[in-house]
Amino acid sequence: MLDDLIYPSWHWSISGLAIAFILFLLTMAGRSFGVSTTFKNICGLVGAGKKNEFFKFDYNEDSWRLFFIGGAIIGGFIAGVLFPNPFAVSLDSDTIFALEKLGIVYPTDDSLGHGFFPDEYFRWDSLKAWIIALAGGFLVGFGSRYADGCTSGHAITGLSHFQLPSLLTVIGFFIGGLLMTHFLLPYIL
Amino acid sequence: MKGITFLLIGIFFGITMTKSEALSWFRIYEMFRFESFHMYGIIGTAVIVGAITMTLLKIFKVKVAGGGLVSYTPLPLNIKRHLISGTIFGLGWALVGACPGPMFVLAGNGYFFILVVIAGAVFGTYTYGMVKDKLPH
Repeated sequence: MLDDLIYPSWHWSISGLAIAFILFLLTMAGRSFGVSTTFKNICGLVGAGKKNEFFKFDYNEDSWRLFFIGGAIIGGFIAGVLFPNPFAVSLDSDTIFALEKLGIVYPTDDSLGHGFFPDEYFRWDSLKAWIIALAGGFLVGFGSRYADGCTSGHAITGLSHFQLPSLLTVIGFFIGGLLMTHFLLPYIL
Repeated sequence: MKGITFLLIGIFFGITMTKSEALSWFRIYEMFRFESFHMYGIIGTAVIVGAITMTLLKIFKVKVAGGGLVSYTPLPLNIKRHLISGTIFGLGWALVGACPGPMFVLAGNGYFFILVVIAGAVFGTYTYGMVKDKLPH
């Protein structure tokens, strides 16, 4: 009985409520919910702040985020390793078929079987995987800093504060995401 | 606020990203193909409930830690910048199938190849910091 509560994935409405609750908790703690600034903080921690004021790590303003991200990693371990859902993500059958055409077999290409990441396709010994991961990560890092926020900062926090700049940014997220998924991925993968 | 508070909120965030399946590369691909309502349901619920919550906190002038009121510092409106920067982010989001939060949570789930993506993101952020004065804001 308890197992039925701990292991399975959540309904989308519960998940959405949980994210809104995280926004509430961070707001009450006096902080703004936004993850991508972590990359800037990592730059600052490895010394980029000496050359460029932009990366400067301010302990009072930034240290909370490192605790938050540390917690996020632990939370991933708890939910995915200690109490994993025994069933893979139930993808739409059209999605599975489209993936097959790209050369990704679902869910076999996820070595852990959760349907979280195709690590049998993005392998450590694949040069192509390294290039895609570095290039994709680069776009996410560059784009989120230029946008001054990512999904959490704009799509969740900004929209919850009725920000027009955030709405435009989220529209941009979808322009880029749709371009990549429908026109570029078939040539890249 | 003590670090332990944010560690606990972070743990809840990591569990939420995992149990919501929002961290899934496959869910992001499915979302951009409009073949499931799942991700839209999550984001839609979060924004509607988040907006109601933030509005109530503002109306009732609830004090947050540090004694201030709930506020948001708006970005200066620059349509070109928001759309271009958003598009760059979106191209990467769909390519690696993860936005920043889920990247770290995937690492906690045991998908260590995502560390290469995080390294790329740190380098992209560094590059932005070095060229930002040349970009329109």
